[in-house]
Amino acid sequence: MSAGARPRVSVVVFPGSNCDHDAVHAVEATIGADARPVWHAGTDLGRPDLVILPGGFSYGDYLRCGALARFSPVMEAVRDFAAKGGPVLGICNGFQVLCEAGLLPGALLLNSGQRFRCEDVFVRVETIRTPFTAELTKGDVLRLPIAHGDGNWRAEAATFDDVTTHDQIVFRYCDAAGSRATGANPNGSLDDVAGVCNRERNVVGLMPHPERASEAMLGNADGARLFRSFANGLLLGRTG
Amino acid sequence: MKVQVTVVPKSGVLDPQGKAIAGALARLGFPGVGDVRAGKVFRVEVEAKDAAEAKALAGQMAEKLLCNPVIEEYEAEVLG
Repeated sequence: MSAGARPRVSVVVFPGSNCDHDAVHAVEATIGADARPVWHAGTDLGRPDLVILPGGFSYGDYLRCGALARFSPVMEAVRDFAAKGGPVLGICNGFQVLCEAGLLPGALLLNSGQRFRCEDVFVRVETIRTPFTAELTKGDVLRLPIAHGDGNWRAEAATFDDVTTHDQIVFRYCDAAGSRATGANPNGSLDDVAGVCNRERNVVGLMPHPERASEAMLGNADGARLFRSFANGLLLGRTG
Repeated sequence: MKVQVTVVPKSGVLDPQGKAIAGALARLGFPGVGDVRAGKVFRVEVEAKDAAEAKALAGQMAEKLLCNPVIEEYEAEVLG
């Protein structure tokens, strides 16, 4: 992308997505993106610099969260885009879809406390080797909202070893000071994982909602740092 | 022909629903309630020439969609 051009962002809309408008608005407001929704039944993503799989309850969360969305026609295009190194961000239900599709490791189970949790949490940046954290600092603490019933990330022992070895844990739940503490993890996820990336590092998923915390006017702009990191990386030719 | 696929959380995987149900059963006075796994049952009508083919189809359905092998395991059977 040349300097001055607007990043093109495609936001996939599944039946039951409900954070798609927020995602479009957030990237328009934070990075001046040329953002557009892409209905799941199509196979044309346009020519995006970034694909976002937004939050919501795709297919009513029937069967398992994200299990049916994974078979939507658009997912073939998302898979191709990701395979070519295109940046993909899955937020909440989008994270669940990416895990079900095998584009991210692990799976998301019912919260250990069996309750839907809707509140602000703190997450710690665990790696800056992704398009969305490249301009952050390892150890940075972000306050972000969550709203999920199935955010309990799990992986088999071998997968978890692999994820750890390859620095694929992007965010962990923590307290306000950045320490992993009892009560800081809202859903019981393995090793306090809040977000992961794939081995190639271009696909990132997280349970918290950066798009809901992207404007100072709304009280919290921590989430905007992820979008800015991506956009600046694009300008510098670091990503995309 | 009708097949049945039963999907439950794998042993070793935390099952919050199963845990809550185990607690409730114990409170109701059922003695010696151990681990409970809460899962799903799918009964599917299929066209197959015999039970072996029906069972194989059920297995494929489980592998491709009904069961997530990261967290779940399944059993496929033919109901007839």
